[in-house]
Amino acid sequence: MTNTSLKLKEADLAISDQIREAARRLLQQKEVELVIGFEQGTLPLRFTPCFIRNEEDVDRLVWNSFCSNNLAKYLIKRTEKVAVVAKACDVRAIVELIKENQISRDQVVIIGVPYSGMIDRRRIEAELEGKEILGVEEEGNNIILKGNGFTKVLDRNKYLCRCCEESTPANPVIYDILIGELVEEKVPCQSPEIAEFEAKSSDERWSYICAEISKCIRCYACRNACPFCYCQECFVDKTSPQWIGKTTNPSDTLIFHLTRALHVAGRCVGCGACERACPMGVDIRKLNSKLVGDVRELFGYEAGTSLEGVAPLATFKPDDPEGFMLNP
Amino acid sequence: MIAKIVRESDLINLLGEWLKEYELIAPVKRDNLVVFDRVDSAGEVLFNYSNTVKSAKELLLPQSETLFTYSSVDHSASIEAHFNDAAPKLLFGVRPCDAKSFLLLDKVFDGERYKDAYYLNRRANTLVVTIGCVKPRTTCFCTSVNGGPFSEDGSDLMLIDIGDAYVVKVTSDRGAGLLEGAELEDAGEDDLASMKRVIQDAEASMSPKLAIEGRQENLESIFDDPIWGPLTEKCLGCGVCTYLCPTCHCFDIIDEARDSQGERIRVWDSCQFSQFTLQASGFNPRLTNKERLRQRVMHKFSYFPKNYGLTGCVGCGRCIQECPVNLDIRDVLNDLLMESVIK
Repeated sequence: MTNTSLKLKEADLAISDQIREAARRLLQQKEVELVIGFEQGTLPLRFTPCFIRNEEDVDRLVWNSFCSNNLAKYLIKRTEKVAVVAKACDVRAIVELIKENQISRDQVVIIGVPYSGMIDRRRIEAELEGKEILGVEEEGNNIILKGNGFTKVLDRNKYLCRCCEESTPANPVIYDILIGELVEEKVPCQSPEIAEFEAKSSDERWSYICAEISKCIRCYACRNACPFCYCQECFVDKTSPQWIGKTTNPSDTLIFHLTRALHVAGRCVGCGACERACPMGVDIRKLNSKLVGDVRELFGYEAGTSLEGVAPLATFKPDDPEGFMLNP
Repeated sequence: MIAKIVRESDLINLLGEWLKEYELIAPVKRDNLVVFDRVDSAGEVLFNYSNTVKSAKELLLPQSETLFTYSSVDHSASIEAHFNDAAPKLLFGVRPCDAKSFLLLDKVFDGERYKDAYYLNRRANTLVVTIGCVKPRTTCFCTSVNGGPFSEDGSDLMLIDIGDAYVVKVTSDRGAGLLEGAELEDAGEDDLASMKRVIQDAEASMSPKLAIEGRQENLESIFDDPIWGPLTEKCLGCGVCTYLCPTCHCFDIIDEARDSQGERIRVWDSCQFSQFTLQASGFNPRLTNKERLRQRVMHKFSYFPKNYGLTGCVGCGRCIQECPVNLDIRDVLNDLLMESVIK
């Protein structure tokens, strides 16, 4: 079923070549047993995680704007030595997971890819009103979509993953092999969506969250795509005692999402894997992004930006701010 | 075969008539997603769509439902069964894959040995009006699983868009009842010729067939094959594929009790979840994604055909479109069959 018409833009082709070269060398010299990267998927906007163990498979590795899964997920509790092709937000997750002792730094070779602007396929699909995309090409800043009886050209900058849009760092924080050169960082800006959300009254925020969560079907794609949801037993699965109900009543689904949001607060790197995995279009990331901002403001901590420092929810200081407990 | 012609105005009238007698469930757009939902007027119904994000199965098997409530007072107990959803429903605008899925669900919930009263109650009260697929998506593979873009299995009426009108085929007695009293022209020779052309074009546009019918033995022969490991390595273990699937029907039954009262609830479950087969002893025979994904594939393409004589998949392609890591069931099947032939 592989979608054969792959045409990468020149810059992506160059990155892909360098990734292949690095992977080939690492496998050849037995520095790693496994390289985790991306390969072409079966649908036009899909590139998919792949696991390369043999040199002859290295050419499957590719890179472009649709490599949006967070591969840090696949590194947790690995026992073999592994290399991972990682963009900025994957690396941020890796950094935080190293601090949480889920990934051992000396077991992972980070092939860092500076990249600014992964594309969120769901934003593109929303534009097409259900029309099927049969082919996609990128040319400069244009995404060219082709389907039965239509060609549509979109400005890629309007369809970025939210985290790329919010100008989170485009360069990997740490790396062992750098693909290409570090890119110029954009000035971080607060997401207009979060500003808009914060400007709402508490009742309005509550009804927004309730309306979003009511779409949830509890497939747990958000949880399972999240690099920080690695609990051996998630509280939602626990049956004795049963922590929350199993239905899709808003009371049950809300507890799931609110608890998850708090559990990843101060750890979430804002990669948006949760949002992109959700088949029902629930705006899960809103809560997480809000908490990323709150943690930054309250504790001066930004997850995944440095191997130094302790996650605020993993420590206690007598002068920790606590106003939010009394005055939400 | 009875075939009538329904023009746009006729269809609006028909929907209006049906609304008087039935709860009308139809595709609608909600927040950019096409979903089945109850509609109160014909104007809300969406006609121009490829398929809904979730299947129609929850009409017959809701994601969660209370089976009964119970209470105990002074050493005596009372139980009250819950039979909701008794109102007659008309499910309008399903695709042939979803309509066919009801026949597969019937095998499970209306079987020789087990009859599920809750399911049967809803099934008896639900009529199915299907719209054939003039433009199948590339992810559709119904023709590989004994279906097709105009398959009539499971439908009471089948609508086929011939451009300026629909040809309506009556595919059951209940379907005939739906057209009673409506003054509709019989489809003429030209209409039937147009219909034939539309069907041929759609069928020709289908992606190449997978050779999976009747290959249960092949799959069984590689149950222990190492191929399952690499095939399922990227699976995240979420429930997207099973929850969007029209034929996945596994459920869990739980009690939610408070003091002396409680309710017994049935909820969807998924073989992809880590605790699906966790036993009370703590042992789990399906410890990793490999065993879980193998179960999903084997259930649909080996066990279901063996038990019921039908493939347990209708080829709607939802799992392909929505898998967060693009784990494509067609690739999985192709690789498995290839492996089984080599062995």
